[in-house]
Amino acid sequence: MEVTRRDTMVIGGAAALTTILPSLSSAAIPVNELIMGVTGGADAATSGIDLTAPEIAENGNTVPISVDAPGAVVITIMAAGNPLPGVAKFKFGDGAAAQAATTRIRLAGTQDVVAVAEMADGSFAAVSKMVKVTIGGCGG
Amino acid sequence: MAKGVKPRVKVPKTASAGEMVTLKTLISHKMESGQRKDSDGNKIPRSIIHRFTCAFNGKTVVDVEMGGAISTNPYFSFDAVVPEAGEFHFTWYDDDGSVYETKKKVEMA
Repeated sequence: MEVTRRDTMVIGGAAALTTILPSLSSAAIPVNELIMGVTGGADAATSGIDLTAPEIAENGNTVPISVDAPGAVVITIMAAGNPLPGVAKFKFGDGAAAQAATTRIRLAGTQDVVAVAEMADGSFAAVSKMVKVTIGGCGG
Repeated sequence: MAKGVKPRVKVPKTASAGEMVTLKTLISHKMESGQRKDSDGNKIPRSIIHRFTCAFNGKTVVDVEMGGAISTNPYFSFDAVVPEAGEFHFTWYDDDGSVYETKKKVEMA
C-alpha cells in the first residue's frame, strides 16, 4: 500500500491521541463519580459522616486520617488523585463500640480524600476533604 | 515472607463489663505500593498487607481491606466493646500468603 501524505497525518494524529489519553485517565477522578461508584448510583447524604484530615500534609507518605460515621456498616476511603483511588474499606462488626477508625495513608499529591459510609438501613453518607500535599507519597 | 514484620498492639489489661476500649495496632511492613520504580525504571511489584481483622471472643470488631495507599507500617486505631473477659485476636493477611497473628487477653476489673 502506498502511504499518502493524508495517511501519514491520520497515523500521526492517532499516535498523538493515544499518548495524550493515558495521562488524561490518570488525572484526578471527580469526587461525585467515586461516590457513585460505591453507592451504585444512589444519592448520598452529606451529614452523618465525619472525616478528619490535615489541611496541609508535608509528607504525602503518611497522612493521618480519621473517619467517624455512627451507625455505619461499611466505610470506604478513597483518594481521588492517587494512581489507584481505593485506599481502604472498614467493615464494622458486632464487637465495635463506635463506627470510627484512624489510620495513615499515602497521597500522591494535593487532592480530595473521600469517605463513603453505608448505613445499616442501606442508605449512604459521603464526605470529602481537600488535603494539600507538599511532597507526594507515591515514589513517582 | 516479608522480612522484619512485627505486629504491635495496645490493649488495656483490664476493663469493666460493657466498657468501650480503644485499641491501637501497628505492624512493621514495607507496604510496597506497586507504583514505585527502581533505579533502572522497572516497576517494583506490589507487596502489601491487604487485609486486617480484629475479633473479640470470635465476634468481629473490624475487618479492613487495604489498598496500596495505606502507608508503610500500617496503623489502625478503633473502639471495641468488652462485654466479658476474653481475648482480642488480631490478624494481618500479607499479599505473599503469610498471616501474622497476635492475641491479647482482657480481664474483668
